[in-house]
Amino acid sequence: MALLDVSNLKVDLRTARGSVQAVRGLDFSLQRGETLGIVGESGCGKSMTALALMGLLPDNARASGSISLHDQNLLAMNETQLSQLRGDRMAMIFQEPMTSLNPLHRIGEQIAEPLRLHRKMTPRQAHQRALDLMDRVGIPNPSQRIDAYPHQLSGGQRQRVMIAMALACEPDILVADEPTTALDVTIQGQILDLIGRLVDESGMALILISHDLGVIAETVDRVLVMYAGRAVEHGPVQDVFARMAHPYTRGLFAAMPRLHEGVAAWPRPALPTIAGIVPDLHDLTDHGCAFAPRCSLADPRCGAQTPPNTALGNDHAAACWHTDQTLAEKIGGQPA
Amino acid sequence: MPQFLLKRFLTLLATLFATSVIVFLVLEILPGDPALMLLGVDATDEQLASLREELGLNRPAFTRYVAWTLGLLQGDFGMSYSYKVPVAGLIVERLYLTYPLAINAMAITMLLALSLGIFAASRHNKLGDVLVMTLSQIGISIPSFWFGILLVLLFAVHLGWFAAGGFAGWSNPAAGYKSLLLPSLSLAVVQAAILTRITRSAVLEVLREDFVRTARAKGLTGGAILWGHVLRNALIPVITVAGLLFGALLTGAIVVEQVFSLPGLGRLVFQAISNRDIEVVKAVVILLAFTVVLVNFIVDLLYAAIDPRLKAADV
Repeated sequence: MALLDVSNLKVDLRTARGSVQAVRGLDFSLQRGETLGIVGESGCGKSMTALALMGLLPDNARASGSISLHDQNLLAMNETQLSQLRGDRMAMIFQEPMTSLNPLHRIGEQIAEPLRLHRKMTPRQAHQRALDLMDRVGIPNPSQRIDAYPHQLSGGQRQRVMIAMALACEPDILVADEPTTALDVTIQGQILDLIGRLVDESGMALILISHDLGVIAETVDRVLVMYAGRAVEHGPVQDVFARMAHPYTRGLFAAMPRLHEGVAAWPRPALPTIAGIVPDLHDLTDHGCAFAPRCSLADPRCGAQTPPNTALGNDHAAACWHTDQTLAEKIGGQPA
Repeated sequence: MPQFLLKRFLTLLATLFATSVIVFLVLEILPGDPALMLLGVDATDEQLASLREELGLNRPAFTRYVAWTLGLLQGDFGMSYSYKVPVAGLIVERLYLTYPLAINAMAITMLLALSLGIFAASRHNKLGDVLVMTLSQIGISIPSFWFGILLVLLFAVHLGWFAAGGFAGWSNPAAGYKSLLLPSLSLAVVQAAILTRITRSAVLEVLREDFVRTARAKGLTGGAILWGHVLRNALIPVITVAGLLFGALLTGAIVVEQVFSLPGLGRLVFQAISNRDIEVVKAVVILLAFTVVLVNFIVDLLYAAIDPRLKAADV
């Protein structure tokens, strides 16, 4: 039995210009201790997926399909039932550690809050446990820092506080939505290492959302590439990165700056980009591949018929009519 | 923290100094001769001249300003031209009415505004919200003296629960409070209508903050989030406006004291203006200004108590 099973997840958004689908039928499952990366450009629906998992979608959004945690459908639960799971069985780290902490509460209180709520700890017990957690996430001098306010900490320290808070009740699943995007590059690595280490130690499952392929490659076992609300490719991280069966995955990979190539060559080669822009959600139809307008391999069939998930072995699949072509090309090469 | 306090305190002193200059100058420019008012149109030039001499009106303005402020610092507010008694005594008698009236009105304002504002925000765009917002719109449009008259009509004339006016004095605190209740209410309703809107929008704004989502992600629900995370963050704009409204409340008290025939500062200054009793007017205005500045100083201290970032930033 999978710990988490997401099937045909859709998220509808009501906007001023009518209803749009931000997530358009997503399926994936997660075993205990497994780590999954969700990668894609801004607006591909990855954050909406994370919020739907936590039941934290904004008021104008509605999720349908099913999200089963321990065989219980979260989408069928009411707010009270969900709130008992949130912070206890599943926890989330957000992108902005600056604004995600309450500026008027001491960090100790904020870390202790889920413990008092879900574990019914006394203030004393929760305080002690908060000290342990702060030590575990690498905040120096916990006994002094526990009384600090968020504004007295650096961005990296605040994200450590967020992590400590998320880990407080030892959740089964940790959802990390771009946890390092707002941080300095030097701090990013430390925070990722910390998340990786804590996941290993505790055996919880991790869903890491990022637009950064490097972050994904270093941190997770499996990856799911999203485009315009759908999974275009998924599989074990080595297989996906080694073979890149979907032209979009290739485009993302090619658009990543690489140090070793650029330093020697002068003038530096221009960074490849994916032609065109992410489609407006209002313009999407149910037919055809959403990436077709930007894809060099596209033919009339791509625009008319939705590509099926082509299984490529070892639990690796891509939703593309042309996987035979992409796989025949040199790995990591440009599809154009 | 001490630096924050010191800075605020110096601002308070500077404001008081500027206020005293403005009050003095304005009343200096104002037409009307106190000597003529006291003696009447039949007075001879000699009589007027000797009275001006006696009142010190012939001295240069600067000298009079210095004498006046030095007097203020020693608690000497001058002599009332019309009552022929020290102004300080006149004022103190009336403070026993006007301050309790203003404080009571402020308390009612805060109580109404916080409860209605939070209620409306928690029912955002639902019936309760629309109802509260409609009421507050009506409340803002009502002049407080007119509302006071309505209150008198209903509670004093028709129901007979309260006296239509007058002050029972503090010898019986319950009776004293009772006679201030209707005036406070008529003052508070307008203020509360404004402050309810401020509270509602402040709460709604904080509800959209990222840390509220974090609180939900921890498993907290509606009420716990509202009381534990939102309210304190929403208080800054609320107390800022409350501090400003306190000034408006004192001004409103002048009119409301007329409606309810209360012998307060408002009536004192009203009569003093009619009689060109400049010393009394100056004293009351400077006292009201001092009160407003002091209240805003207290608001500044509350900021620091509410938001730890302000102590550090030293705003």
